[in-house]
Amino acid sequence: MAVAARSIHQTRRIKLQVFRYVVFALAAIFFLVPLGAMIEFSTRANNGSRTLEYWQSIPKYPDLTDAIFASLQLALITSIAMLVLLVPTMVWVRLKLPRLSRIVEFICLLPLTIPAIVLVVGLFPMYLWLNTNLSDSILTLAFAYVVLVLPYCYRAIDAGLGAIDVKTLSEAARSLGANWFDVIWRVIVPNISNAILNATLLSVALVLGEYTIANNLLYNNLQVELVHLGRDNAGVSVAVAVASLLFAFVLLVAIAFIGGRPRRVRPEAVTTVGIGPTAGSPR
Amino acid sequence: MPFLAYVGFFLVLPSVIIGIGAFLNADNAFTLDNFRNLSRSYVFKATIDTTVISAITALLGASLGAILAYAIVTGSPNGLLRRLTVSASGVLAQFGGVTLAFAFIASIGSAGFVYLFAKAHGFDYYAHGIWLFDIPGLDLVYLYFQIPLMVLVFLPALDGIKPQWREAAESLGGNTWHYWRHVAGPLLFPAFLGAVLLLFANAFSAYATANALINQGQPVLAQQIAGAMSSEVGAFEPGFAKAIAIEMIIIVTLVTILYSLLQRRTARWL
Amino acid sequence: MMERSGVEVRLENLVRRYGTVTALDGLSLTLAPGELVALLGPSGCGKTTALRLLAGLEEADEGRIVIGGEDVTGLPANRRNIGMVFQAYSLFPHMVAWENVAFGLQMRRVNAAERKKRALDMLELVGLGRFANRYANQMSGGQQQRVALARALAIQPQVLLLDEPLSALDAKVRSRLRDEIRRVQLEVGTTTLFVTHDQEEALAIADRVGVMQAGKLEQLGPPTLVYSRPATPFVADFVGLTNRMSGTVRAGAVEVRGTSIPLVHPDVPDGPAIALIRPEAVTLASDGEMEEGPLVGTVIAVAFLGAVSRVTVDLGDTTVLAQLPTSAASQHPAGTKVRLALRTDPVLIQREEAVPAAS
Repeated sequence: MAVAARSIHQTRRIKLQVFRYVVFALAAIFFLVPLGAMIEFSTRANNGSRTLEYWQSIPKYPDLTDAIFASLQLALITSIAMLVLLVPTMVWVRLKLPRLSRIVEFICLLPLTIPAIVLVVGLFPMYLWLNTNLSDSILTLAFAYVVLVLPYCYRAIDAGLGAIDVKTLSEAARSLGANWFDVIWRVIVPNISNAILNATLLSVALVLGEYTIANNLLYNNLQVELVHLGRDNAGVSVAVAVASLLFAFVLLVAIAFIGGRPRRVRPEAVTTVGIGPTAGSPR
Repeated sequence: MPFLAYVGFFLVLPSVIIGIGAFLNADNAFTLDNFRNLSRSYVFKATIDTTVISAITALLGASLGAILAYAIVTGSPNGLLRRLTVSASGVLAQFGGVTLAFAFIASIGSAGFVYLFAKAHGFDYYAHGIWLFDIPGLDLVYLYFQIPLMVLVFLPALDGIKPQWREAAESLGGNTWHYWRHVAGPLLFPAFLGAVLLLFANAFSAYATANALINQGQPVLAQQIAGAMSSEVGAFEPGFAKAIAIEMIIIVTLVTILYSLLQRRTARWL
Repeated sequence: MMERSGVEVRLENLVRRYGTVTALDGLSLTLAPGELVALLGPSGCGKTTALRLLAGLEEADEGRIVIGGEDVTGLPANRRNIGMVFQAYSLFPHMVAWENVAFGLQMRRVNAAERKKRALDMLELVGLGRFANRYANQMSGGQQQRVALARALAIQPQVLLLDEPLSALDAKVRSRLRDEIRRVQLEVGTTTLFVTHDQEEALAIADRVGVMQAGKLEQLGPPTLVYSRPATPFVADFVGLTNRMSGTVRAGAVEVRGTSIPLVHPDVPDGPAIALIRPEAVTLASDGEMEEGPLVGTVIAVAFLGAVSRVTVDLGDTTVLAQLPTSAASQHPAGTKVRLALRTDPVLIQREEAVPAAS
């Protein structure tokens, strides 16, 4: 009797395990094959043998290297601008204007419901004016990109601030003689360093992958150039795509592991990062 | 506050430009023509096509993603497999559209090794035309970011299902079917529905993937906006672009509102 | 309609292993019809495993389970007709209270009108008639557990299982709900197994208490007996507070600091041993000048516990706890010199070397 009984639970367990591994195997095929295919494609010679020719010829395309350089600069500028804009505002709202917190949250999450292409429509005349009156540098794209990364960075930083007691910390610092700059720079920022790193890496990944805005405002950033190049020399284009993808992958894995570290960040502070409505993400 | 000034300039001002511009003709005079033009056959078709693509990939992505999420959640909560799949989902859900298009061209495209392999073994899946660069291809490629997004949004809901509920249902005489029918199903349904809406909005606003994959025709609404905005195609109609933009915002906003209502419900239960 | 009076429940020689860990090591236990037995022990002692085996949520590696004369060892949980109350969070959150209670009846294909009526009756029984249309998140923890109790009883189970149902509640609610559970259980007369790590809870509610350790039953008996005549040093230690005082066994008694106390089990060889003495078997006196002696010491702390107080006395080489009425304790504030006296109720001993029974 006991033997028969055992089998009910055991069968259920075995069924579940079989189900799980079949699902994981299928998912792995669906998600890994296209990635592997890019590597395969970018190292395939005309006669079918392996070659690194495409990879080696990346520096020979000045438009491409310019675009890569521009995208990296944009990532840097966007991240810094985002932090300068967002961190003091969010700390200030938490401390002094809690009534505004809903509004700030609403504003920050708004770009999620505005598709990037729609934002472009509104930005188009502004950039026309900007180009003729100020600068036609591609780096002006950073203005738009800050808006684009706003929701993701807001969530990351909000999670970080939620995990510490901003009010008590700043009151303690104030009572010890710190001014507001010191409070933010020496007390708050070090305590949310994980969240800040998170937000920065997310912005870098988003900016490097951005296509919609650049393409329609007629700037050649990395992704736009990839599409151009893809029409002439698909091999090089795919090679660069793989490279940029690996770069973004490293960044995002870094986020996952920073996030996964249990140290003082509360679990919910981690899981909310990068999750939620992503309408308007750069695809 | 510099924050508000910035947001006012780069978020609110563009919105205002769209809102006003949609009612202006080429001579900056008030008109409703831009909205009347939304009934043009190609825009109407793009709206329908985009809606269908978004609905299909949302439903399929949500179903497949839910299955994957369930497979994840039945494993160890701190296991390597779970951490790996969750991190991978985070990466793939943000996968840049251009790279994504390349990945599929390089794998199942007519020069991709999957196609070459299948053809060499007598299975020519492009025998009736290369569907990768058409709407079916878009459906498949969109799933590549829809499924991971589903995993990310559905995992918390699945985590909220307590093992006690299953045990309680069992001890009260329910079998596995009863449990899913009366307990887990109704509990997860709002979360699932909300996720479908989120995925819908996600697909509906996508542009880069479609543009990188398809360069003949503009099957997706986002491409129609881009087309009306730029003079490349010869039809520079800024007012019309804004009208389509408003159409898009309205649809996405409606869907997002429904989503957050369902989200609130889920939060109360799980 | 099922019979309302309880049935006999027999657990026979149950063994359950998780990998290399043996959670249950040959547990045998018989519950008389209508009896409430509490399984008491530290976490990991196997008490919860025993309950889950009885519920059919897990299955035994060896042994049999017999409920009302029927061998149910092989039956899955949903065919055992057992009511279960979990630690917490077991109410289905998308159903209101009465729907939760009616769930088991729905599984049994009772028609809608009848099951609503019976669900409302059950809620009335646990005193929550007014809360029938509340969701779980609109009720307090104690109310939720009462709904869970009503839900478990609505199916008129042959056995009621309570898996630490009070542990998530705060102290005041806990004792009230404990008495409530007992009242309801007596009213419906269902044979009940109650699992807890809280000795006060077990002693207060149960007909018999089973103390478990390392997958085995150390002692099974009425609460008064388990408390006053612990069968093993582990039981003495786990149930109530115990002073450990070294002494010498001589002719069936142990001599502790000049006082000879009889042993529970007198058939032991002579030699040094540790006597396990309850704090309430220690009395204090502080009259006049006190000559030095083995039982003279200084009060170092007095803990006020309401009607009684617990006094810690420093005897130089050891400290001893005494529990006495607060009025008596107040005469010996910290710092007073006192003379202890040990009541000569039979005690257990523990050998310093070779102590197989103890942990």
